[in-house]
Amino acid sequence: MNPDLNYIRILPEIVLSLWGIAVMLIEPMLPQRSAHKSLGIFSFIGTLAAIAASLYQSYDPGVGWFGMIRVDEFSIFFHVLICSISAIVILASFEYLETQNIRGGEYFALILFGTVGMVLMSSAVELVLIFIALEISSIATYVLACYRRNAAASSESSIKYFLLGSFATAFFLYGVALMFGATGSTSIYVISSALQSGQTVAGTPVSQGLAYVAVALMFVGIGFKVAAAPFHVWTPDVYEGAPAPVVALMSTGPKAAAFAVLLRILFGATLNTSNAWFWLVWISAALSMTLGNIGALLQNNVKRMLAYSSIAHAGYLLVAFVARRDIGIGAAIFYTASYAAMNVGAFAVVSHFSRSGERYVNIEDYSGLGRRSPVLAATLTIFLLSLIGIPATGGFFAKFYVFNAALKSDLIWLTIIGLVNSAIAAYYYLRVIVVMYMYEPLPGEDRLQLRAAPGLTAALVITALVTIWLGVKPGMVLDYANRGAVKLMPAVQQSMISPR
Amino acid sequence: MEAIHSSGMNAAILTIVTFLPLVGAFLLMAMPRKDRALKWTALIVSIVTFIFSLHLPVHWSHGAPGFQFVLDVPWITSPNIHYHMGVDGISVWLVLLTTFLTPFCVLVSWKSIHGGVKEFFVLMLILETAMLGVFVSLDLFLFYVFWEGTLIPMALIIGMYGHDRRVYAAVKFFLYTMVASVFMLVSIIWLYVHTGSFDYVTIQSAIQSGSIPGFNNAAGYLFFGFFIAFAVKVPLFPFHTWLPDAHVEAPTAGSVMLAAVLLKMGVYGLLRFNTTLFPAQAHQNAPWINALALIGIVYGALVALVQPNMKKLVAYSSVSHLGFCVLGIFTFTQAGVDGAVYQMLNHGISTGALFMLLGMLYERRHTYEIKEYGGLATTMPVYSTLFFMIVLSSVGLPLFNGFVGEFLVLSGAFKAWEWYGIIGTTGVIWSAGYLLWLYQRTFFGEVTHPVNERLHDADGRERLSLIPMVALALIMGVISPFWIRMIDPSVEQALRPSTVTAARWKPPTSVGGSDASASRESGAKSERRFGAGLKASGAKALFRGSTLTRCAEAQLSPDKSGGFHPNSYRRAGEATAILAMVKAGK
Repeated sequence: MNPDLNYIRILPEIVLSLWGIAVMLIEPMLPQRSAHKSLGIFSFIGTLAAIAASLYQSYDPGVGWFGMIRVDEFSIFFHVLICSISAIVILASFEYLETQNIRGGEYFALILFGTVGMVLMSSAVELVLIFIALEISSIATYVLACYRRNAAASSESSIKYFLLGSFATAFFLYGVALMFGATGSTSIYVISSALQSGQTVAGTPVSQGLAYVAVALMFVGIGFKVAAAPFHVWTPDVYEGAPAPVVALMSTGPKAAAFAVLLRILFGATLNTSNAWFWLVWISAALSMTLGNIGALLQNNVKRMLAYSSIAHAGYLLVAFVARRDIGIGAAIFYTASYAAMNVGAFAVVSHFSRSGERYVNIEDYSGLGRRSPVLAATLTIFLLSLIGIPATGGFFAKFYVFNAALKSDLIWLTIIGLVNSAIAAYYYLRVIVVMYMYEPLPGEDRLQLRAAPGLTAALVITALVTIWLGVKPGMVLDYANRGAVKLMPAVQQSMISPR
Repeated sequence: MEAIHSSGMNAAILTIVTFLPLVGAFLLMAMPRKDRALKWTALIVSIVTFIFSLHLPVHWSHGAPGFQFVLDVPWITSPNIHYHMGVDGISVWLVLLTTFLTPFCVLVSWKSIHGGVKEFFVLMLILETAMLGVFVSLDLFLFYVFWEGTLIPMALIIGMYGHDRRVYAAVKFFLYTMVASVFMLVSIIWLYVHTGSFDYVTIQSAIQSGSIPGFNNAAGYLFFGFFIAFAVKVPLFPFHTWLPDAHVEAPTAGSVMLAAVLLKMGVYGLLRFNTTLFPAQAHQNAPWINALALIGIVYGALVALVQPNMKKLVAYSSVSHLGFCVLGIFTFTQAGVDGAVYQMLNHGISTGALFMLLGMLYERRHTYEIKEYGGLATTMPVYSTLFFMIVLSSVGLPLFNGFVGEFLVLSGAFKAWEWYGIIGTTGVIWSAGYLLWLYQRTFFGEVTHPVNERLHDADGRERLSLIPMVALALIMGVISPFWIRMIDPSVEQALRPSTVTAARWKPPTSVGGSDASASRESGAKSERRFGAGLKASGAKALFRGSTLTRCAEAQLSPDKSGGFHPNSYRRAGEATAILAMVKAGK
């Protein structure tokens, strides 16, 4: 087979696309009442098939498709992570669609198509392909955000997300264009060697200033996608309006993929301009942590609170970017996995609890949840404790690795800012736990009995177990993350850093 | 430090004991909401855990100071964390105290918990696992995980099942201990970054060999980081303000666990980490720590004296009693530290039982106000008798366990500096004051409230949960060498590094442990004085032939496990002094 046309290199993308098309085709043929469940299960199997496909890829890693796709431990890690996120979100959506009275099998198809984009983002090593993948995933999430068609907030959320998102991707595209202008290529590895040697492929000198501007513009685009300050302003409004399971997806899947892209660009292509982007990322990390946590302190709406908390977590993650790269990259990759597990879980609980029309999303609505619905409350407690960073949860090791890396890189001030922020954050997460367990339930009939439905329970139990597993046995995921981290760097750098 | 490496059952036993309650908790979660079945399951799980924990003293190798039943397997490679468990003579009894008390906590909660019975017992069992984990962990990270792990179930027990101001108390408890333990985490991570290990034994030997760069500059801060976490937990004056709130608002079983075990975690931490990892800093800081302990003893007692609420009274008495434990540890004398460890167990038994007793009274009248009671001795004779025995144990009357602990602590205190002993001794008087006065106002005199005439006496379940406690208080008062024999070698070992490193700095006064012969002399002097006081008080009859004589004799005689105990040489003088004193008393 022609190595440039190796379909194994894009197997998960193919599987997901075919599955998504199949969902669209099957949907009209099913009776409306049972369509949700069977389509949901069908799409769930699709995500599992995609996970299997990416695991199959690991037998034969390498570059394909004219140097645009690279399958390595890094991309496989993100493939598995993103497909798992989609699988859990699909599981958690079964009952949500019913209670919200949302019809439309294309919901699941959109999740699958969005996943194609995210998966492609993590394996693409060519800037234009990265941009296309980014758009595939974004368009799917723009549509998903407005799925509560009757609610004005949902439409507002979608429009906001769409306008600001298009604006941000325009920045990214501009950055790509400037990078092409500076180095004469859009391939990450060619850019890397051009920046290193100071000469483009054509032999003309590289314009360093242009490259700096390009990196900054691309950072703006990605910073928007990961909700890092100061590009975070859209987050609370969009998360508040969008359907809760979609927020679970939006706040983890595209974010993980965008972090993958950021890692590819910053460490793969422009590593030796790191002194240029160091302060960019440093300031963004410090701002995200601080603004995110202060914002979350003031919220009474749990969805908005979690939105601000996701800004703060993006900040913690960015700390790892400026740390020493032999430990920082692995820490960042681990963080995305750990954050995905706890955040998807937390939003799954929120989605179930909010009931039809998303009425119950304020903190006081959660009072007495511990008595009324022990499973929901117990799992939400685990996720919140993990978000705080209590030991024996994934959140603890995620923070530990990041700040350990920061300390070893002498980023004392960033570490202090991060730790102070973690302490502040404990307050608003704990507030939810206190309300759930220590307050009497509010009067009101439909709040009294709340049974966790099977699909949701499965999603919650899986995410809770993964959260605890990452806190008790982080070794396996961390090892894989570290192996991915090594693969991320250009060949010259790889020899300098051996896996631990 | 030499540890006895174990295999088979001996290696697995600590894991079994620690995680059996957690398994029970999962079992309870899976069970249907039938209160009766849930209670019985919880009771059986906690009893089985206790039976398993009896393996520890039964298979104990006596005379060995190091850790036993050790299990050390790599857990996480990066960071380098080991699943390292083991107990020495100090922690083994705290493990047994925990497993012994949990069934009683289940029993006293039999009827007092309404609504969320399942969650209550689940939390109780999770709490037991976390507490046991604290005492058996020899890896600082593992220790920290369990340490934080106790926080959440305890806060939930207070916040979900407590009295009116429960949310306030739970949040206060959580914030105080959480913030304090962050300091400890920073110290632990510093040690990890500079030694590459979380392992207690590795870190200790690294510190002793002086191979850690920058340790001397940082040691003061590290000591303080650990100290603040433990001092809040103990609680040492002035960090004690969370305790009365938490105790008063907690349900009975919560108070019992809080007083009997959770506070001991603080004292245990001071002994295990502060004094053995940072001996020089411990010696340097001993004067003001002892001052805080003494203030705690006297202040706690004085505040207890004026409480109108009996639960608050007992809570403040804990502040006072725990002051003795801290004082004992920071005298750095064999007797003082032995006494501190023993006093931890005593306080667990007697204050645990006191809270159980108060809980029973509360179930009948729903108030803790002392003025609501009076003359209960006539309506509840059995209950009153059991209450009185426990009061005597808490006061430290000879023949009861409290006496042994307090005597050892005070003799250590006198040895360290006479004024420690003199001020500390007043604490004994104070405690007799507030507890006996409480007893008098509650049980003697006329029945002042008609409703109290109809109170029923302790029923079968209540007697079943109280009599073992009273019996144990008596047994521990009479055959204390059974316990001391196991505590002693480990304390000896814990004091040794401090003796070595203490030579580097100049002791301000004749602090015990820095100079063996001087301390022995001054110790003998103070003991003579103390003995004379006892003679005058007429306590000699009780004293004769009791624990201390046997204790002293045991130390002089060859060790039963074969061979002459090495400690005996060093402490021969000490033991002779006690013997001479007792004989003089005849």
